[in-house]
Amino acid sequence: MDSTTIKILGFILTPIVAFVVGVLYGGIVRKITARIQNRVGPPVWQNLLDITKLYSKKTAIHHGVMQHLGPVFAITASVTSLFFIPVLKHSPLFTNLSFDGDLIFLLYMMVFGTLGMALGAGETGNPNAAIGVSRGLAMMVGYEIPFVLSLVALMIQFHTTSIHGLMEVQKGFSSWLIFQSPFAFLAGILAFLGMMHYAPFDVPIAPAELASGPVSEFGGKYLALMMTSGSIFTFAKLVLFTDIFLGGAEDLITLLIKTFALYMIPVITGIVNPRYRTEQAVRFFWKWPTVFGIIAILIVVL
Amino acid sequence: MEMDLSLDRQSREILATIKNFARKHSLWVVAYGTGCGAIEVPPTMTSRYDAERFGIRGAATPRQADVLLITGYLAVKTLKRVIRTYEQMQDPKYVIGFGSCTINGGMYWDSYNTIKLLDMYLPVDVFINGCMPRPEAVISGFIKLQQLIKEGKAEGAKKYKENLEWYRANQKKIIKNWRMPEYNW
Repeated sequence: MDSTTIKILGFILTPIVAFVVGVLYGGIVRKITARIQNRVGPPVWQNLLDITKLYSKKTAIHHGVMQHLGPVFAITASVTSLFFIPVLKHSPLFTNLSFDGDLIFLLYMMVFGTLGMALGAGETGNPNAAIGVSRGLAMMVGYEIPFVLSLVALMIQFHTTSIHGLMEVQKGFSSWLIFQSPFAFLAGILAFLGMMHYAPFDVPIAPAELASGPVSEFGGKYLALMMTSGSIFTFAKLVLFTDIFLGGAEDLITLLIKTFALYMIPVITGIVNPRYRTEQAVRFFWKWPTVFGIIAILIVVL
Repeated sequence: MEMDLSLDRQSREILATIKNFARKHSLWVVAYGTGCGAIEVPPTMTSRYDAERFGIRGAATPRQADVLLITGYLAVKTLKRVIRTYEQMQDPKYVIGFGSCTINGGMYWDSYNTIKLLDMYLPVDVFINGCMPRPEAVISGFIKLQQLIKEGKAEGAKKYKENLEWYRANQKKIIKNWRMPEYNW
């Protein structure tokens, strides 16, 4: 096959793989949550059934143009972010759009979906949605700072702004960046906890007090679109952190093992924790993760 | 749905089977806990009876819900809110009447401000009788609803739309201060 055909195949295959893996991970998380709460729990493919059902629902809600565009923004941001992350290390099929400055691009692209959703939820006029949006944006300001500090530390240390460059640095197990720059990893993984929106950082969604926050006015196909986008974005974030800190993966099995291990950090934290208040969450992110990020940069510079 | 029009009969049937399968196994419930019946919902959902293994899950808002579970008696005042909630739900949607109060008034049969038969005001797909129905009975009611969905017989929402005038007349007879839009989808 020539390179163009491989590229096109890659563009089709990557979102499908991301969706399937993301949805199954979601199902496994529901199962694990249930087992920890001493329940039987739904089957692993429950999320797929939920998404199918939501797509087959009729949707007759109209609050304005931005409300219709909000979920579209979310899924655009997820799929675009995914295209800039090399899923496998040396595979031409999964290279997609990754280029020399993709880390910087991702820093911008990963907040785009949240901002789009904020616009969409803002137009619904639901007070719960408005509170959820303001909480979500406040928390984003919180976790973006350690995340950026951690990535900047890596960029300075290895003089590269591409994920491929960072993967090339990690030749064997002992040279993974989790061991080479542990402080950057600590800052990154704590920011990652906030990004995944599991407890104690489920501040914007808060089902018990905000009635699911920004999505409270979105039902049917909108919710299906958002669940699809959420599954893809989960996979994208997991692959990004695996690529950067755990040395990436040569084949899909390794990738699944590494991403699953990484995914369990926010999930297990989430199951055994209650929810922070907004200011507690922001204070948390601006305390230890930020300190770790600054230490990581200082170590590299000095 | 809209795109079904271009398909032939067989593919429409296959599509409907897939849709009904997904709907059947994913019921998101908004529980309207007006009366004492609300106390039976938490045990149904939590670890003892665990309704989530059938795909039954609580929904946060009516926009996301499929099933309106009405637990117990409805006073005239709460009926208005229930109608509002029901009309904000998205199709296909189902109603489960829970407890004797939704069937004949139950212990409130001679009360001056509760409704007696819920089916006069909202299209009920499944009734669960008992005062109170235990979580087993609630789950068996949901299984009954799943069977109806599988057979394509849970058509309450369609019935409501077709007979909207009859339902509206009944509702307005009870609710004197009707200050709502005629229909809020």
